This record gives sequence, structure tokens and C-alpha cells, in this order.
Amino acid sequence: MSASRINQHPILNFKRGRKKTFYFENKLIEGYENESVLAALYANNIRILSESKILKRRRGAFCLIGKCSSCLMEVDGVPNTRICITPVKKVNKVRRQKSLAKPPKISCFNARKPKEINTDVLVIGSGPAGLYAAIYASKYGANVVLVDENPFIGGQLIKQTHKFFGSKDLHSGIRGFEIAKRLTKILYKMRNVKILTNTSVFGLYDHKLAGAYDFEEKQLLKIKTRQIVVATGASERFLVFENNDLPGIMGAGAAQTLMNVYGVKPGENALMVGAGNVGLIVSYQLIQAGVKVVAIVEAMSQIGGYLVHAAKVRRLGVPIYTSHTIKSAHGKEKVEGATIIALDNRFREIPGTEKYLEVDLICLAVGLNPYSQLLAQVGCEMIYVPELGGLVPKRTRYQETTIEGIYVAGDVSGIEEASTAMLEGGIAGISAALKIIGVNDKALEEREEMIRKLEKIRAGRFFDKIRKGLKKVLIDERTR
Amino acid sequence: MNEQDNVGIVDIETLRKLDLIPPLNRMRRGSVAVVECVEEIPCDVCVAACPVHAITKEDINSIPRVDFDKCTGCGSCLLACPGLAIFLVDLSTNNGKGRVTIPYELLPIPIKGERVTLLDRRGEPIGEGKVVKVIKSADKTYAVTIEIEEDKIMEVRFFRVIKNENSLSL
Repeated sequence: MSASRINQHPILNFKRGRKKTFYFENKLIEGYENESVLAALYANNIRILSESKILKRRRGAFCLIGKCSSCLMEVDGVPNTRICITPVKKVNKVRRQKSLAKPPKISCFNARKPKEINTDVLVIGSGPAGLYAAIYASKYGANVVLVDENPFIGGQLIKQTHKFFGSKDLHSGIRGFEIAKRLTKILYKMRNVKILTNTSVFGLYDHKLAGAYDFEEKQLLKIKTRQIVVATGASERFLVFENNDLPGIMGAGAAQTLMNVYGVKPGENALMVGAGNVGLIVSYQLIQAGVKVVAIVEAMSQIGGYLVHAAKVRRLGVPIYTSHTIKSAHGKEKVEGATIIALDNRFREIPGTEKYLEVDLICLAVGLNPYSQLLAQVGCEMIYVPELGGLVPKRTRYQETTIEGIYVAGDVSGIEEASTAMLEGGIAGISAALKIIGVNDKALEEREEMIRKLEKIRAGRFFDKIRKGLKKVLIDERTR
Repeated sequence: MNEQDNVGIVDIETLRKLDLIPPLNRMRRGSVAVVECVEEIPCDVCVAACPVHAITKEDINSIPRVDFDKCTGCGSCLLACPGLAIFLVDLSTNNGKGRVTIPYELLPIPIKGERVTLLDRRGEPIGEGKVVKVIKSADKTYAVTIEIEEDKIMEVRFFRVIKNENSLSL
């Protein structure tokens, strides 16, 4: 087994499935059927996925969850394939694209006509928000179609090895990937839920029609629905610094996907940029996967995440440099080092404070952007709210946007955390179901209870910013 | 020591002010929990985990309080805490030695009798100790009890396994 594959992990057992080979350029690659093409390439020490059009710079992977375009490759004749969400199972040939991809010579569709699917509620995204939306919409009698473009359902829960904070009724004290299993099990028991993985929704046409593509079956889908819940999550932010496009620089969540979903080590020595909860938690998980975390840098004068998460990595000997940032990455084909530098209280670099760190992995944990393109495309009224992470839709307290029948839940409506995402998903799911089934006292009561719980969580001081941001997006449900 | 050294460190003064350090005579009576959770985090896992209701929170966001007389030092909270922020301390042997129990989720798994390097809250080595007990929870968090010098009871918060070949690798 290659050195990059994790054989022993304190928390996880990896179910890679059977061995499956495929060609990368002219090289035979050994992968496993349950892993993504990208994970298989990484396990075989292939880091360079493409080169830039004009300057021919080497480019690597960044998000690993299908949300950026850094891993586009030609797979079995189809260009611009996101290899991070393409399972190895059916793949035979993978090639790098030189500059712009040419239109494929083969058809991307198995059938000429789109397949029609009818449902009451379409839920897009199967993270904590989407899972809750699907569970609660179906609980009250609506037929539900749950769509996710990743090969697994559970969203980012599936790579969370730590136990979750919160209250017991929202699965606190349980590891994230176990919560995903628990919710998936509930969903599979429900008769009125259809789950479509490896399926991207590419367009919404008011609240009644969605266009989607099942890229495993190569099938275009026309989903006719009555209500839509958008729970598409968020994407990791990038950061400007010298050589920031070197292979080996990736989102912290991307490193998490590689090591915790696929059991592939993202590097040997890591620099973490950002000491929010994501940066701190992923640093700890890197250590659990056998990666040395050389340092964590944070541009602010104090850490942004919980002290308990910082304490966990500090007692393992990891230094946290506040008022510091990354100045540049070094290396030719991939990351070989990084220079960090101190910042003054106006975030200006202080010359002479540079430190060189020998690392082969640089993780960026500098925040998330709501993945809200579908909402903007369909015409929901959007507003830029820095406190919520970026462009988000206006919505009622029932999570309904300015377009009737289109609801929003989770990080796509503002960057928060899993327990608030679950509650928002539940509220959206019940609201969508109510439109289908008519007045139902039990559903109304349960929805109010969820709204109360949400307010309770958000009452804390870590949610000061969120409360401020939410004031800007809330619209009155009676005048909407 | 520069100011960076204090980033991510729970300082003893704060713990004392919040009444999170058990009194010495309580430590002398046996194992008791030290909850090193000093921020208003929306979480009450420890409250739910305690079989004798020794840990309370006014609401989900407030800082936990521990009733040291009720606390039996069983370690249920230590194994449950998502922040790995709870430790057990025990000075009941009265022979200059104390015992600290630490939540552990790394490899290799230490084994009883093994010598380990003791680490403080900054990950700095501060001597050696002996593993006297290892308990595994159903969800793979270990509680590792280490015998240490009594005066280090509030300092030792982690350890490093010295001899890899002797320890149980899973």
C-alpha cells in the first residue's frame, strides 16, 4: 500500500472496496472502487492536475467537494469532469487538460430524452440542513427527492471525526460521521423519500422545475416539484499570497476529505492558515491522521475558534501564531516550504519578522462562502452580508426566500454550524410540507419549537455576529 | 515566554475564578473532575453525561459548574466531552504521588505500566510518569490515567508514549 494511504487511524476504519485500476495519461494507477479519482491520484503521489493557460503554472486540487474548478480533467473522453466527486468505480482513462478543454467527441448523455421525476419537495444538498429538511418534509407526508452531487450523502458531516457540541436532541457528543450515518438510516426507512447521489442540479426554473444531471448514469433529469429546499452548503475561501496556486495548497476541508473520507494523507508536514474552529479542528485531525502540524497562523490578534479546540492542539505542542499570516509558498512542482510573517494592528506585514517553515501542505481555513449560485440564478433577492459570509438570500423566519416555494437552510443561508443547519433544515422541511398537506397543528407546533431552539443557541456570545447579520436578511412572512 | 505562548492556553487563574478547580481536601478524598471549559459555548454534553448530576449549566451557553462533593470522579464526562476539555485529578494516595486522567484519541494506545513523557498545556515536556489505567469508550475515546508527582497535578495535561514497540497499535 502506498505511503500516502492511512493504514491505522485512532477513530476511523476505511472501507475502500475492491481494487480498481485505471489509466492516468499512460500510467496504470491502482485505486479502490469506493474512492474518488482524485483520492486515487493523490494516493499515488500525483499532485499536478493541470497547468495554467498562459504561464503554464502547475495547478493542484483545492476544495475536493465539487465546488471549485481546480480538479477538472478529461475522464473517459469527457472534459471538465470534477475528479474529486467522480468515483473510480466506472473510470478507465483520466487525462490532464492542456489549456482550455475541447468539446467532447462523444456524447455526455446515455439517453436523448431527459428523464422526468415528479415530487412534492425537492431538497438540494444532503448535509445536516438537507438531511433534516428531507426527514421533516417526509415525516409530515410530503414526497421528497433528495439530490446531492457527491457520491455519498451526509455533506461535510461524513468527514467530521470529532464529537459535536450542542444539545442531546441535536446529536451532540456524537462524532460527525456517526451523525451522518444515523440520519441516513432514518431517511432510508422513510418510504416517501428518493435519494439521488452523483447528481448535480444545474438550474432552477421558478419553484416548480429543476434541471439536473446524473453523471454516473449520464442522464439528464427534469425534476418537476412543488416546493424546493436549497441546502447547498458553502465553499472554502481562497487567500492571496505569493505562489498560492502551487499544488499542496488546499482548503482545510479538502485535507479533511482526503484523510477522513478516503484515508489518504494530504501531506507530511502542514501549515494551517486560520485559527477559527475549522483550522483548529482540522489541525487536530491532521495529527490523528499522522501528519505533523508545524504551525497555525492567524491574522487576527486572537484565535477565532473555541479555546478548547486550541487547547487540544497546543498541548500536543503545536504553536499558534496570532497576528501572523502566510507571506509566500515555496516550491517548483509542489509546496516545499512557506514563509510566515507578523502583522501589525492594521494588518500590515512587519518586515524582518519572516519565518521559513518546511512544509509540503498548506491548508487554508480562512472562512467559507455560501454556495448560493442556484438561488441567485432563479431570482431570489440576494444581499451581501459579511456577518453571514457573503451573498445570501433574504428569507422569512420559516426559511422561505422571496420566491414562494423556495426555501433555504444551512450554510448557504449564512455560515454557522451543524446544529443551526439542522434546525434551519427542519424548519424549511416542515414549511415546505405544510404547503403540500395543508394546516397541521403538530407540524406547526414542532416548527415553533425548532425556532425557539435556534434562538436559544444563537443567544450566546459566539453568535453576536450571526444575530447582527440575520437582522439584515429577515423579511416578514406576512408581507413577503 | 512571549505573549504568543498564552494563545490557546487555559490559565489556572481563570479556572480558579470560575471555581473549576477542586479544593485540595477534595482531591485528597479521591478522583474528581476538572472541567477546563471557560467559554460560553453552546454545548451541554457533560451535563447530560454526568450520572450524579454534579455538572450543571444555567442554559446551553453558560459555563459549566461542578459540585465537587457530588462528583464521584467516575470519568463519564471526560469520555463524553467533545472538546476533550475534562480531566480527572486524584491525590488520595498521600504519598507524594498523584494521578491525572487524560482523554486520548491518538495512536499509539499506551498500555498499563508504560512510562510516558508528561506534557503541559503548551506541549512542553515536564518529566515522566507511569500509565496506571487505560479505559476505552464505545466511541474510541480513551481515558488514560497516569501516576505523576503530586505538585504537577494541575500542570500535566497530555503525554507522549516513549516506547512505540511496546504499545498497542490498532
